[in-house]
Amino acid sequence: MDQTRRVPLSEIYRTFFVIGLFSFGGGLVSWIYRDTVDVRKWMSREDFLPGVALAQVMPGVSSTNCAIYVGQILRGWLGALTAITAMLSAPFLISLAAAWAYKSLLHIPGFQETMVGVAAAAIGMLMRTGVEAARPQIRDISAMAVMIASFLAVGVFRFPLVPVICVMGPISVALAWPSAKAEGEA
Amino acid sequence: MNADTLIRIFTIIAPLSLASFGGASSIYAPMQHEVVDIEKWITAREFLDLFAISRAMPGPGSLFCTLVGWQVAGLAGAIIASIAIYLPSSLVVYGVGHVWSRHRGKRWHNALERGLNPLGAGLLFAGVVTLAKLASDGFLPIAIIGVVCALNVWKPKIHPVIFLMCGGALCYAAYAFA
Repeated sequence: MDQTRRVPLSEIYRTFFVIGLFSFGGGLVSWIYRDTVDVRKWMSREDFLPGVALAQVMPGVSSTNCAIYVGQILRGWLGALTAITAMLSAPFLISLAAAWAYKSLLHIPGFQETMVGVAAAAIGMLMRTGVEAARPQIRDISAMAVMIASFLAVGVFRFPLVPVICVMGPISVALAWPSAKAEGEA
Repeated sequence: MNADTLIRIFTIIAPLSLASFGGASSIYAPMQHEVVDIEKWITAREFLDLFAISRAMPGPGSLFCTLVGWQVAGLAGAIIASIAIYLPSSLVVYGVGHVWSRHRGKRWHNALERGLNPLGAGLLFAGVVTLAKLASDGFLPIAIIGVVCALNVWKPKIHPVIFLMCGGALCYAAYAFA
């Protein structure tokens, strides 16, 4: 890392705080890209892009994973800690306020009925994300099989998630290995 | 505050953090099973309410765990639940990040991506089904799920909050005028 362009932690905090505050319904990775690469020029596109794949492949939420990756490149473990804390601080406090209000809202007639509608709309959007995620798997028999098997195991047969991942993860990566390519290979 | 409850919150959520491929949606099914069916800390109805709230607030969907923690054990519960869902997966990302950027574009990157994406997609659908079962009392919520999904595919630019507000308004209207 070029020491002359060392990004102050307070800058990292400010940037990710704002990203977290306005984060509704995903697409955050592209926002992080815009703020850190395009606008502030903290890092190059080539430095950023591997983080996108990493954030999606690893467990956890892709946006906070991406924040950790960017923070780490900028300022090591302190940078990573600053970025994820900044990104979560506003949503955490807002969620606490909402959770606190929830108990009193329960007494309002019609509140729970309304929340079912809100939940249904949120489930609809989640389903659309699922459709988008499923689309690239359709071309590949083994990917389809993994997708359906993991859905059935966790969603229908209610097997515990961790053992399912421990079994399906390695199988799925092994199945994908023959067709996987290094970048630049034909 | 009951320390055993806090420890239990942590031991339920922390393993799910490491297994949350594809983000928060993969943990709805196991969370519902543990928190509603086994521990009986909250009701199915509350689970669905907290899900709706977490989606209507800014922040990643995993903050749902924070809400569950609050509901079960107050502020301490919220803090423990947040640490449990974020710390393990974040440590993994941090640890792998070094290696990952040094081996940019290698074959095993591609194999991991191709292998784990269908897994994440399957788990996401498992989450959708679990939540849809909780929400589907009557025709209206099912119709909303379907219509929102279709509208979202057709017009992806519509802001998520608009969908949430319309869904809530429709169900409130059905309640008020029924």
